[in-house]
Amino acid sequence: MLELYLKSRLIEKKILLMTHIVLGYPSFEECFKIIETMVNAGVDLMELQIPFSEPVADGPVILHANQKSLAEGSTVKKCLDFAQNVTRSFDIPFLFMSYYNILFKYGIDRFAVSMAEINMKGAIVPDLPPEEGRDYLNAMKKYNLDPIFIFSPTTPDERMNYLASFGRGFIYCVARKGVTGLDTDFSGQLNKYLERCRMATHLPLALGFGVKDKNDIDFLKGKTDIAVIGTQTIRLVEKEGVGAVDEFVRSLR
Amino acid sequence: MINRGYYERFGGAYLPEILVATFDDLEDKFIKAKSDPLFWKEYSDIMSTYSCRPTPVTFAENLTNHFNGARIYIKREDLNHTGAHKANNVMGQGLLVKRMGKTRVIAETGAGQHGVATATMAAKFGFKCTIYMGEVDVQRQRPNVFWMDRLGAEVIPVREGTRILKDAINEAFRDWVGNMDTTHYVLGTACGPHPFPEMVSYFQSIIGKEARKQILEIEGRLPSRIYACVGGGSNALGIFKGFLADPVKLVGVEAGGRGLDSGLHAARLSSKDASIGVAQGYKTYFLQDSDGQMKETHSVAAGLDYVGVSPILAHLKESGRVRFESATDREVVDAMSLTIKKEGLIPALESAHAFVQAFKEAPKLSKEDIILINQSGRGDKDIFTVADAFDDPRWKEFIKKKAEEYNA
Ligand SMILES: Cc1ncc(COP(=O)(O)O)c(C=O)c1O
Repeated sequence: MLELYLKSRLIEKKILLMTHIVLGYPSFEECFKIIETMVNAGVDLMELQIPFSEPVADGPVILHANQKSLAEGSTVKKCLDFAQNVTRSFDIPFLFMSYYNILFKYGIDRFAVSMAEINMKGAIVPDLPPEEGRDYLNAMKKYNLDPIFIFSPTTPDERMNYLASFGRGFIYCVARKGVTGLDTDFSGQLNKYLERCRMATHLPLALGFGVKDKNDIDFLKGKTDIAVIGTQTIRLVEKEGVGAVDEFVRSLR
Repeated sequence: MINRGYYERFGGAYLPEILVATFDDLEDKFIKAKSDPLFWKEYSDIMSTYSCRPTPVTFAENLTNHFNGARIYIKREDLNHTGAHKANNVMGQGLLVKRMGKTRVIAETGAGQHGVATATMAAKFGFKCTIYMGEVDVQRQRPNVFWMDRLGAEVIPVREGTRILKDAINEAFRDWVGNMDTTHYVLGTACGPHPFPEMVSYFQSIIGKEARKQILEIEGRLPSRIYACVGGGSNALGIFKGFLADPVKLVGVEAGGRGLDSGLHAARLSSKDASIGVAQGYKTYFLQDSDGQMKETHSVAAGLDYVGVSPILAHLKESGRVRFESATDREVVDAMSLTIKKEGLIPALESAHAFVQAFKEAPKLSKEDIILINQSGRGDKDIFTVADAFDDPRWKEFIKKKAEEYNA
């Protein structure tokens, strides 16, 4: 169970690291190397994004990664096969992140069965509020998978409680308005928001969107349980190649 | 949100969490406006003084004689300010923006008609305005880009994805998730998350309300069939809504592009190529592959060149209330040409799709039958595309000279 795993890790570490990659970008082989590097450098859990042609919540960097991966011929089947190889090879929890149409077209129940079979722990589906997610929630529950829900700074307290009642594993707190990949102002504003998040749930909190270096992560220590690095590693791989990932991840602690 | 905007299996609001509060507020303001009798009055007043409502219904005598069948009438949405039905939706949403106290509007546009309409509304109401338009559409609808620039809107060419309407919608959403405090997204058609399909078709229903009254005044009876082109579905729903409870056959015409067998089309409800999916915040028929990745679409008419379709129309198709057909690029240019020659009317390439199907059916109907075509817009914007379709030598000559002047 993801929640217990996270809580036990948090006894040893002040803050956990979750990283995000887009499957098939730059290629599946390079993705494997990136994951291997990240796990060895101490990343605690990872989200693997199955690319979608219309990733509306993503900014330019992740959007392009989605498009290039699809242009290179990524399919849902390839992503599932790859993920199976990954979970067999590395001993940290892996989650899928994708948009709802990918699950919907695959068949919600069938998707959950596949996830369970290949030992994925949960999923983040940013365009699926619980109101639209009855089938998804049932399937996730049936196969003992964790649906990760999202809080945002525009979410009122009452709705945070509502979302938390469906969430399992942890809650993903979006740091600010806007798409992925833009800068976030790590300041007092964020403290108040994270306090609101903490009040709404007993689940661990992850904070993502705009986290890019040790300073940001130091700021988050004690305020959130997990820091999420998304766009920044994709940018790094684009600029400096897979070889730069190890040093980068190690520099975060 | 009080209701989630389902039309049987279609619709809904598949929203990222960051936008949920914005949609709750929008739905709330829309419900309040709808139940305020003064709001519809304010809306129809502005449509009659700023646009050209009620737009007339024109008897197409020469086309009627030409086909020697049903009596053909045309609802003249081309006579709206800015030349299309898009003004109806835009002014309605503009009044809501004022009620919401927001100061900036954004919109997607395909044909550029919705962009121009939004830019005029923004100019009139004093809002800042940004328009997202696929790079392909910027090229093929250049006159509208010119007018948006003149109206003070910022036009952002979208270079992502297939670089047409759906990609412009994605970029508008990406803008909105960062700027919802000041900004309203004026979606241009009856698609997207609830309440957009309901709200856009509510404003467009002014077309059908007028048309029903007008045709009864002129002919004393209802038409047997009504034809409208279908991009996202807003002009079609606008006219259909006036006749849903009547014994009138309703026909939506989609973009057949190079033909349904070619795969190069945008026929979601009239071909077998589409399947149910969830994208851009709503559930409907999409042209997508078996993984759920959206496909490239094609049409000579930028405004119909879209992967999804209104969830309300998807439902009306399944319930059998609306029949869907398609028209190819070639048929569309021919129908436009015939309408220009016979009636002196210049339908937009989008609208000409409806004419194609009406022309196929009119000769088979009796002289007692009345049919009504919704001319959703005027064709001026299509001057470059149509000139190419006719391979017009004098136009080419002119463009070459003009280019030389600029190069000099
Ligand atoms: C003249 C005209 N007709 C029709 C359409 C298609 O939109 P809808 O199906 O929402 O009416 C457009 C869209 O740009 C248009 O400009």
